[in-house]
Amino acid sequence: MAPQPTDWTTDYDIFDKGYIKNPFPVWDELREQCPVAHTGRWGGSWMPTRYEDVFAIARDVEHFSSRNILVANVAPPPDADDGMGGELIQQYNVGAPPITSDPPEHTWARKLLLPPFSANAVAKWEPETRELCRELIDGFIANGRADGASDYAQQIPSRVIASMLGIPKDMAGTFTEWVRGFLELGLTDPELRRASGRAIFEFLYACIQERKANPGDDLISYLLTSEVDGEPVPEPHVLGTCFLLLVAGIDTTWSSIGSALWHLAQHPEDRARLINEPELMPQAIEELLRAYSPVTMARIVAEDVSYNGCPMSEGDRVLMNFPAANRDPRVFDNPDDVILDRAKNPHVAFGVGIHRCAGSNLARMEMRVALEEWLRRIPDFRLEDPEAVTWAGGQVRGPRTMGIVWP
Amino acid sequence: MKVRVDPDKCQGHNRCYVLAPGLFEVDDLGYAKARGDGAVPPEMHEKARLAVENCPERAIEIIEDDAQ
Repeated sequence: MAPQPTDWTTDYDIFDKGYIKNPFPVWDELREQCPVAHTGRWGGSWMPTRYEDVFAIARDVEHFSSRNILVANVAPPPDADDGMGGELIQQYNVGAPPITSDPPEHTWARKLLLPPFSANAVAKWEPETRELCRELIDGFIANGRADGASDYAQQIPSRVIASMLGIPKDMAGTFTEWVRGFLELGLTDPELRRASGRAIFEFLYACIQERKANPGDDLISYLLTSEVDGEPVPEPHVLGTCFLLLVAGIDTTWSSIGSALWHLAQHPEDRARLINEPELMPQAIEELLRAYSPVTMARIVAEDVSYNGCPMSEGDRVLMNFPAANRDPRVFDNPDDVILDRAKNPHVAFGVGIHRCAGSNLARMEMRVALEEWLRRIPDFRLEDPEAVTWAGGQVRGPRTMGIVWP
Repeated sequence: MKVRVDPDKCQGHNRCYVLAPGLFEVDDLGYAKARGDGAVPPEMHEKARLAVENCPERAIEIIEDDAQ
């Protein structure tokens, strides 16, 4: 194991255990001392921590490509820098459009994906999500304890996306394992990442063949029957987009729900407020998303460029530290305080620019319903042992084991 | 007062629509525009400013009336 960094401005380690648990002091220091830090670890990267820099780089798609959005590159250098780990792209030649696309492909690929994820479209999934949350709570409420991460938060997004894809919900546990293998544990374990990615691709490939024969009212069929410029969407593109839908919506939303519960377990005054002022929920969700933003994406420098004096070379990785940007005191008053009705909150938890998270409305709905149902049934709760909570970090930050108890 | 959404900047975050559905509408892709001619009645001025302050893309502009 590599030694702990002594100078975070030139040698930060996004997988350092202490940093994963509590990254906030590091970000505060970097923002003031070295707003675009650098490291040689994990394949090397640059890391902006100020809101203005993250905002500017995210919007400059000409100089900062999305062709690889993973925050680490620990695999042997692949022939093609595909964001999926060389071998996979050679085998499937798809990527995960549109998150791994640059314009012009990005433009039509995104247009194709947005309608089923509009606020109105995801509202159709709310009753099923609510029912699912109720069943999960029914399963553990009598015990007086549950793991808020693995028994609750983790169970929600995987089942909702399975429903949307028209895949049996009993696959949800397997999905979660694959996605963690690809996006979480696999970022420091190339073999696991490759195996997980392959399992997802092979499963989805079979689903697509099945759906071609028996189209239904689901997202896979929607993509297969859609047209772009009068032509059917190429099948490899459908495969890549399905891969994205599965991978992007599970770890991320699960982490947001978990972090929100972690906060509420320690803040009775915020629980009381949400119970007494339920109309505050949409604004509170935005604030929890800001304070505990789970997702960091990467960009690849498209051509040598000097950014604020940093000599970035073609092919360098830049970590889009949206979570750090969302705690920048230049933009947010008292950024470390959770203020449920914060008036000014232009957070970038879902990114900014053309790659704004396509699933943001779905994530918000799942988060709101998960918290509403939990607070309705379990209004008074606390962490079993705050020190025992474990966190994942790197690409997606959130609690992974979190004992919660109630009277 | 009027509000205007710059269609080149809006990325469909839906923040303005959630904060002030009386002032903004969104299309099937989630992109926002001002309702009607964008006119903001006095009781909605505060909401319009909130929408500006919460848009991550800085896509919303307030046009104050010239007549003082």
